[in-house]
Amino acid sequence: MRMSTNRTTRGAIAGAAVLLCGLASAAVANEVVVYSARSHYGQEPAIEAFTKKTGIQVKSHGGNSSELFDRLRAEGDKTPADVLITVDAGNLWSAAQAGLLARIDAPEIQANVPANLRDPDGRWVALTMRARTIMYNTRKVKPEELSTYEALADPKWKNRICLRTSGYIYNQSFLATMIKRQGEPRVETVVRGWAANNPSLINGDTKILESIAAGQCDVGITNTYYLARILAKDAAFPVAPFFANQQTTGTHVNISGAGITAHARNRANAVKLLEFLTSPEAQQMFADSNFEYPANPQAAVNPILARWGKFKQDDINVAAAGELQAAATRLADRAGYK
Amino acid sequence: MPAPPRAAAASLGGQPAARPHGTEWTIAAILVAAGLAAPVLVVLSSLLSPRGEIWRHLWRTQLAELLLNTLALLAGVAGGTLLVGTVLAWLVVHYRFPGRDLFEWALILPLAVPAYVIGFAFLGLFEFAGPVQTALRRLFGPGVRLPELRSWGGVVLMMTLVFYPYVYLLARAAFREQGSAAVETARSLGRSPTRAFLEVTLPLARPSLAAGVALAMMEALADFGTVATFGYRTLTEGVYRVWYGMFDRIAASQLAAVLLLFSAALLWLERASRGRRRFVQRPRHGPEAAPVTLRGVRALAAFAACGGVLGLAFALPVGQLVVWAAQAVRAGRVTPTFPALLANTLALASVAALAACAVAVTLAYALRLHPAPATRAASRLASLGYALPGAVIAVGVLIPLAALDRSLVPLLERLLGRPLGLLFTGSAVGLVYAYLVRFMAVSLQTVEASLTRIPPSLDDAARALGVSARGALRRVHLPLLRGGLATALVLVFVETMKEMPATLLLRPFGLNTLAIEVWEHTSEAMWQEAAVPALAIVVAGLGPVLLVMRWSRLPVSRGEDP
Repeated sequence: MRMSTNRTTRGAIAGAAVLLCGLASAAVANEVVVYSARSHYGQEPAIEAFTKKTGIQVKSHGGNSSELFDRLRAEGDKTPADVLITVDAGNLWSAAQAGLLARIDAPEIQANVPANLRDPDGRWVALTMRARTIMYNTRKVKPEELSTYEALADPKWKNRICLRTSGYIYNQSFLATMIKRQGEPRVETVVRGWAANNPSLINGDTKILESIAAGQCDVGITNTYYLARILAKDAAFPVAPFFANQQTTGTHVNISGAGITAHARNRANAVKLLEFLTSPEAQQMFADSNFEYPANPQAAVNPILARWGKFKQDDINVAAAGELQAAATRLADRAGYK
Repeated sequence: MPAPPRAAAASLGGQPAARPHGTEWTIAAILVAAGLAAPVLVVLSSLLSPRGEIWRHLWRTQLAELLLNTLALLAGVAGGTLLVGTVLAWLVVHYRFPGRDLFEWALILPLAVPAYVIGFAFLGLFEFAGPVQTALRRLFGPGVRLPELRSWGGVVLMMTLVFYPYVYLLARAAFREQGSAAVETARSLGRSPTRAFLEVTLPLARPSLAAGVALAMMEALADFGTVATFGYRTLTEGVYRVWYGMFDRIAASQLAAVLLLFSAALLWLERASRGRRRFVQRPRHGPEAAPVTLRGVRALAAFAACGGVLGLAFALPVGQLVVWAAQAVRAGRVTPTFPALLANTLALASVAALAACAVAVTLAYALRLHPAPATRAASRLASLGYALPGAVIAVGVLIPLAALDRSLVPLLERLLGRPLGLLFTGSAVGLVYAYLVRFMAVSLQTVEASLTRIPPSLDDAARALGVSARGALRRVHLPLLRGGLATALVLVFVETMKEMPATLLLRPFGLNTLAIEVWEHTSEAMWQEAAVPALAIVVAGLGPVLLVMRWSRLPVSRGEDP
């Protein structure tokens, strides 16, 4: 076990130097810096199209939502970031609450996105929309048996449901908007009912869909794009979406969205980027890259999603997801939904 | 990975006579130890700022469950590792059967597999939609179900499979050390082999077994990845969830303080079991017990026991990882940043390993120059981190660093007249600091053990020739310590590569490592994508396991020097 100490040391010092270098980039005339939590291998085609069209260089830094959030908060007025792109309305709401995002004064952007999918105070807008709804095994469940999220609390679904844990961000937002609609006591009763039905808790929307197909459970609740991804590879996959609450409040939707940072150095370019990303041409690209619904209703929907048909969405402002996220977490704890 | 058998480092013989100069070493040692113990104090001090509301919510809803689950997990892992480790050690020491020579060392291999890796490999294999249950349903109809792996039993099984080698290693050493005298005596008094084992061998080996079990329990207590993936809520997982789910750092550090109490209890158990040997057992006087050759059904049973454990704990999960990794590579689903991940991980682990060794040499050398109670206490204090879950250390590191960023950085910026950004929390400083706290014991024990074997006469000779303490270290000790240092480097390196909870909580923005990559995919149940980085971690972990094997060939009482 001998190692060349010199070489190891040199390598370690070089490594340390690389590690300890923060991100220090001064504003250059023609660029825009993006912190993005949209997890992807590779590039967003819509962003490449933006550079082609305008000549503005886009520098992206990836990370997960809470990381980017912590980072922005910690960098304060020294942040190199101009644009924050993240998933889940609750995350955008938190970023706005923490004063990390500035008002976007651009009428075109506001006009591109429906009111329920943007911040009432104009600090963030949706780029894509996804529904979180009931998924069922087409061989074992008839759509007539399904109606609302609340009805899954019925004992007839005992041992037949797959859910993610309550700590999962999309579930927190889902419960938060339910609380906004119906108030805590009613939602707590529903969630207690779900928990009483002994759901299989599986961490991974894709895994839930596979478990429904394999017969571990008959229904589950996941985001729509997970199913579309599977169907794109395997059209015969025996799971279909059921758009819940069509007769009542509408199906719960969530977003991925963007805001301009409070201390952006390239504000004009940031506005240009968001104008482009919310325009119909970019919207189609942006949504298609992950089988999502475009936030701009003018844009075309991917054929797989088109086959599922149109649905009534819950038109409550998605900001509710953030406002009541902590309340949702605690409600789930009280109701025994892990 | 265990620190090398701790007994080796416990006895510090051969100290050179204390000398008046070298006080700067003592001061350095005390300062370093204080720095390493600071996070613990920070976590404990959080108990002084009561946070009524969140705490009440936790108390009403989860705390009882977290405590019970944690206790149940520790009990299960203690029982499981004790049974598996002791039985396997007994078999390879006292019997001859086909494959024994291979099993004797191969049974250590599962140490190279982090618990969270074996965990997701098993989940992928045995979940309802996985290959095993799908095949069973095809064969026996759709009603067939295996018991749910995401449960107490499942988590205990996973941890038993990867932590039993701690008990196995120490038990094997103890059984060998005992030799044949005691058992022979019992047999001559008419005891059956089984009774002799239960009434003589086991009680004599008790301190070693308890130390091994305590190590396994510490690992289980520190685990975050496995319990989170299995949806089994423990205190460690609770710290992370409260930190990220409720954004409440105070409540998280209060949970961390509860976790600390558990660690303290385990540390006490380990010390107590090692410290007061109830039986005088000199290193093997008399011949080693002659192994009994097994034949027929018994030989088969011994082979099946060893082969079964090794297959489940190593061959099966690693084989599954290889299959998934191959699929991921073929489907082009390996993250394009994989080379960068690997480079980050290696760089971070190298820095941590070098720093840990430098600090360990300082502490060990100070103790050699001045074996005063203060220095001895400093070395104890510095080793504390090994018993602490990474989540506790992370909380204890982050809070003071964030305070430094808030207070010190603006001051420095005014002095230097340029923006510095987040000097502490925005860099890898905190992460390396946490690794140091967590793994200091590993390097310290290795270095101390090697240093002990350098005769004090060399120090005296160097002094007589007018060489300073530092000069003697550089020219006499370090060259002789090369082997021990290399060992310490490798051990800390691998521990750092595997570490998950502290890395998750402390990593600076944009810094991803292999362990983080594994976590991000397993938390979304994407087994194939998680397999490539997981396999890289396992391969790196095999090096130190080979080292451990080399020591384990040597008589244990002599310590280890590869």
